[in-house]
Amino acid sequence: METVKINDIACNDLPWKIQYHPERCTLCGSCIAACTFDAIGPKMERRRLTFTDSATPEPKTRFVAQPVIGQQNAIKNFCRGCGVCERVCPNNAISSSRNPDSRFNVVYATSTGTGPKRGGRNNLEVQSRTLDTLRVGRISQMTDPSLDAQRHTFDCLAPLGRILPAGTLPLNQTADGKLVQDGQTPPVRWIYPIIIGDMSIGALSWRMWEAVSMAVAYLNEECGLPVRMCSGEGGMPVRLLKSRYLKYMILQIASGHFGWNRIIQAMPHMIEDPAGVLIKIGQGAKPGDGGLLMAAKVAEHIQAIRGVPKADLLSPPNHQGLYSIEESVQKMFLSFNAAFKFRVPVAIKVAASATSVSVFNNLVRDPYNIVGGFFLDGIDGGTGAAHDISLDHTGHPAVSKLRDCYLAAVAQGRQGQIPLWAAGGLGKTGNLAADAFKMMCLGANGVFTGKLILQMAGCLGNDHGRCNACNTGLCPVGITTQQPVLVKRLDPERVAENIVNYFLAMDVELRKLMAPIGNSSLPIGRSDCLVSSDKAVADRLQVQYVC
Amino acid sequence: MCRIGAIKSRHYVHPSQALLLMQSQQKGHDNSGFAMVMQDLGGIFENYKHLPTLSLACTDEGLQITKAIMDARGFRLVHEWEPETNRQPGLDIQAMPHYVYQTFDYPDAYADASQEEKEQLLLDTRLELRRGMEEDCKGFAYSFWPDVITLKEIGDPRDIGTFFNIWEPDDQFTAKVITAQCRQNTNYAIVRYAAHPFFLQGYTALANGENTFYQKNKEFQQNLHRGYIGFESDSQCFLYTLHHTHRELGWPLSYYKHVITPLPFEDVVKREDQQQLLAMRQSLAHLEINGPNTIIGVLPDNTMFTCCDAKKLRPVVLGRDEDTVVLSSEVCGVNEILPNRNWETDMYPNEREIVVIDNNLEVQRWKQ
Repeated sequence: METVKINDIACNDLPWKIQYHPERCTLCGSCIAACTFDAIGPKMERRRLTFTDSATPEPKTRFVAQPVIGQQNAIKNFCRGCGVCERVCPNNAISSSRNPDSRFNVVYATSTGTGPKRGGRNNLEVQSRTLDTLRVGRISQMTDPSLDAQRHTFDCLAPLGRILPAGTLPLNQTADGKLVQDGQTPPVRWIYPIIIGDMSIGALSWRMWEAVSMAVAYLNEECGLPVRMCSGEGGMPVRLLKSRYLKYMILQIASGHFGWNRIIQAMPHMIEDPAGVLIKIGQGAKPGDGGLLMAAKVAEHIQAIRGVPKADLLSPPNHQGLYSIEESVQKMFLSFNAAFKFRVPVAIKVAASATSVSVFNNLVRDPYNIVGGFFLDGIDGGTGAAHDISLDHTGHPAVSKLRDCYLAAVAQGRQGQIPLWAAGGLGKTGNLAADAFKMMCLGANGVFTGKLILQMAGCLGNDHGRCNACNTGLCPVGITTQQPVLVKRLDPERVAENIVNYFLAMDVELRKLMAPIGNSSLPIGRSDCLVSSDKAVADRLQVQYVC
Repeated sequence: MCRIGAIKSRHYVHPSQALLLMQSQQKGHDNSGFAMVMQDLGGIFENYKHLPTLSLACTDEGLQITKAIMDARGFRLVHEWEPETNRQPGLDIQAMPHYVYQTFDYPDAYADASQEEKEQLLLDTRLELRRGMEEDCKGFAYSFWPDVITLKEIGDPRDIGTFFNIWEPDDQFTAKVITAQCRQNTNYAIVRYAAHPFFLQGYTALANGENTFYQKNKEFQQNLHRGYIGFESDSQCFLYTLHHTHRELGWPLSYYKHVITPLPFEDVVKREDQQQLLAMRQSLAHLEINGPNTIIGVLPDNTMFTCCDAKKLRPVVLGRDEDTVVLSSEVCGVNEILPNRNWETDMYPNEREIVVIDNNLEVQRWKQ
């Protein structure tokens, strides 16, 4: 008898197991062709066949060699559970199921000498969400009327840009009692309160990025929703930089400065200002880690846009040369304000952290009034690539930290001076309107979202470890890959249509939440209209506890 | 739902008129209190217009505290009036032992002080009195300002009128501007300070409806000025916003409406002054109101105005004759005071205007 090779990888070591029904399989090969991870392949199995060859049953047995579909027992080709095989199988012969007894984290490290990496999201603590314990519980009834979500008009815009205290506005009174502005104030854009978050070309396939841009342009030009999109750290197509659609884009710069060579070269040719500049200091999904684009995804066009060779692209964990808030405000923020002649708001994105309030306080007190937005990204945010350990074991939830920042502003009478934008797992249940509304009540001026946009496009990943292979360049739906064959799985027009439809639905849903509290403008800081069924949450967020 | 009313006249008006104005709208309020602010005073106060009058309701102990504070600050009492009260049994009123209206001369140290310094002194003194009497409800200091007196009490307005003998008109206790409301603030605790009208440094405001942005208004205002305190009623926010924009920022009254009910973005961008209006909206986003409200306000120069929320979810009507202008939640209130006026000149202000009555009783409608 052969010795049991206990240290070889077996499929029950892996996080997902293939469920295969040979009796239903026609061996058409669709599943193998579709599996981008090479997690399944054809193999031969010796099978016992029971048959009869007479008019009356006389069972006989023989053994045959039969081709079947089998799972690859290899750490490189482990099944991600994306379910594409099941989607393409015409006969329901194959699917994947989660392996609750997976030894993956151990065998990966013992086999490779490195920790696992993945894209996607935090998967460790997904049982309950703070926002789901909150309800809009202050309903206008007798003392004030609810509004009519269909009939009334609503004013659903949020500021991006530094806002001065009223007493410092350069307003002068004319002889006829009018106030006129006779001085410069920081630029402020009033935009839709939900920004499409920063996902770079590189992290996303060019078709996906194009689809999002198309959706944004359509929402602005055809639907009247001034939705803005952040480029992510990876530059932009030069044609877009020189087009009038640039006004819908927020340019991101992070510690790798990827893509900025082209952006700077395009500046003299820009016919519109961008909507803003977002300086990324940290990211909720992997705080303290820089950006990471695996070499597998650095295709030729990515090399061109970013001006880099084909290699793993790692943004440093911090901006080299910036050693303090004062310095960053004076050097980096001032530079970017000046670069666009103080016409474009410059905002900061940081990972939620136990120190966020200190950072926020420092910025809100900066004497130059040039930080035009505080983007706070929580642990449930997504990423194109990160080490498992960062995704699962570092980070800070966004909700309480957003609230802390808002209350810090309230304590100083500075609420609204640096608009607060929050993200990190918002829309996780599929309903972004509800999450956005609750975050606004807790003090956010708006929210930004990325992962949910991928879901709209057809991403198969989830918070239970499904797929999350954005880092591999093998995205089975063409969203986070640069392989032409895979990218073609994505229909950009359909994706754009999905995003537009979702935003239109969300806009209606936002009104359906504003109407019952009787408000026609966004309820920023209206924590009085939230209640929580969780006492600890209620106490922490200073909202009413209900039971 | 509550009702509010105001009278502004060329002649001195007795507060019985305010009672009548409000009593006719009795079905719209709950008879839980009566409060009024009288400005541009006549009768026994007419000779003291330039000196501040303290309006006080207090216990014996509160009276002592007041005297100690006023003495310590160096104010000199020049006139005192304690209304004769009718403490007959059976009246629905939670009366205080004393109602005191004392007029003071400024401390000697303020002989050469600027108007601004005096105004700060008056506010600080009132706030000190309020704090001094707060514990155990020893007393309530409603206003301390030249040519202004305030009366507030909990109970049935009819009985309050009987208690203070103000059903019977006379020429001793009169004013050219009276603002009044007949309801305690029953949304929250019954507190005398919660009754409209509210007063701060010459500014008076009263409102009906619900301030749904109360929390954000309050959170913002409490850091703006030492006088923005209490918040026993969500409507105090309207007064503080008025005080902040008109007095502290020095913006003309017309911009008050832009602050509390900003124009929708789609309308603002069509305007020439969009830059200023957007700057105001941005900077004072937390002073916006977004509920159903009608506000009546009076400025330090006795200019009176009214405006509504952005959807006109609360009523108000203005009626007038040659000598008097009346603002009232319901037209029956105006009918009571000015039965013979020309009804065709009544105005029902819309959601995008401020109606302003100046001291010549000229009525202007300012489109937002």
